[in-house]
Amino acid sequence: MDITTSVADGVPIYRQIVNQVRYMVASGLLEPGEEIPSIRTLALQLKVTPNTIVKAYGELESAGLIEKRRGAGTYVSDSPSRLASQERNRIIEQRVDALLAEAHQLDFNAEEVLSVFRRRQAIMVKTANVERIDDEKCG
Amino acid sequence: MKSVVEVNGLSRRFGQSLALDDVSFQAAEGLIYGLVGANGAGKTTLIKHLLGLLRAKSGSVRVFGLDPVHSPVEVLTRVGYLSEERDLPEWMRIDELMRYTQAYHPNWDMDYARELLDRFDLPGAKRVKELSKGMRAQVGLVAAVAHRPDLLILDEPSSGLDAVVRLDILDAIVRTVSDDGRTVIFSSHLLDEVERMSDHVTMIHEGRVVVDGTLEEIRHTHQRWSMRFPEPLERAPEIDGALFMEGSGRSWNVIHDGSVEEVRATAALHGGDVVQSRDATLQEIFVAHVGRGKKNAEAA
Repeated sequence: MDITTSVADGVPIYRQIVNQVRYMVASGLLEPGEEIPSIRTLALQLKVTPNTIVKAYGELESAGLIEKRRGAGTYVSDSPSRLASQERNRIIEQRVDALLAEAHQLDFNAEEVLSVFRRRQAIMVKTANVERIDDEKCG
Repeated sequence: MKSVVEVNGLSRRFGQSLALDDVSFQAAEGLIYGLVGANGAGKTTLIKHLLGLLRAKSGSVRVFGLDPVHSPVEVLTRVGYLSEERDLPEWMRIDELMRYTQAYHPNWDMDYARELLDRFDLPGAKRVKELSKGMRAQVGLVAAVAHRPDLLILDEPSSGLDAVVRLDILDAIVRTVSDDGRTVIFSSHLLDEVERMSDHVTMIHEGRVVVDGTLEEIRHTHQRWSMRFPEPLERAPEIDGALFMEGSGRSWNVIHDGSVEEVRATAALHGGDVVQSRDATLQEIFVAHVGRGKKNAEAA
């Protein structure tokens, strides 16, 4: 499980782990029923106190995203699809909230934000097409 | 949780200077304790009391419920210790040193010692005096953990080591608590290491415990408030209980362990307001208590 942690940005390490596992489940990087590392393994990998992993896994377990199987390790829940879609919504909502807060600070109204959104999206689609054409030429 | 270390009201004087001033410290089973403080703050003096190398003049020290000065054998057979100086017998070969250390420890785990020596690539025939700084730390580490001590004490284990050996040491700490539910106390001046590895942080400054708690508690009780003022201020506004102030012009930040009302009231005196607050980082808390910022805040 590819998790990176940093003490620089002030977010507690257990919270960074929770957020990254949530994201991996929501995006399908972790699949239903997939085994995740034991507390010891992840603590050794990330060089953090094992109790940090205990806390992160505890929170993920109460959220229903992972489950412990007796004497057999920890797994992504078998039916996280409903949760995964909730997670996808939650992640995108957080981004939108941050964008709206920033827009408010800079005195943009919702309509103006939407028009910027569409303009940027159009540019992004165009660039993606150009890249694809370039790829085809190269290939 | 079972208590492993109980220090109460410990004071220690070396000549004129007070090395420890009414220090209390507890450690419970299965947790990692980080001791932080500037050089000479008193961390090593505290550790030496836990090992019975110094006798408590006032106050009490108990390890596994015993006085380490009166019951050195009972205490030290259950303790692993890596000193900052890594004072190993220079003339011994690594394998001799291992046998010598083993003789003091009935619980010595030969397989574990061999596994670690192999992993660190330490040849048994090599003499201690021929070892690099990193290798000495690794040998010291094997000697400290191979009897699977109930309490592992590391005094500045990372000091002067390269990143690879530092990771070996962090590995040994994680293994000690996760494999056997044992207790680790380590002192360090590397705050990111302390932040990652500690369940509980004790900050010592000039012989006194200035901060003590879980990392979460500590960060939550120390808030960093950002203030904005309508007019630029030439000097930092005076705020009762401020541990640290920084800023200029219309923006000033304060590290404070009191209530928001105190900060807000002071800001209001200058027509300003608190615009943002967040938990302070360990780095900020350390600088606030130990660094020059403390003196600046007091002088302001």
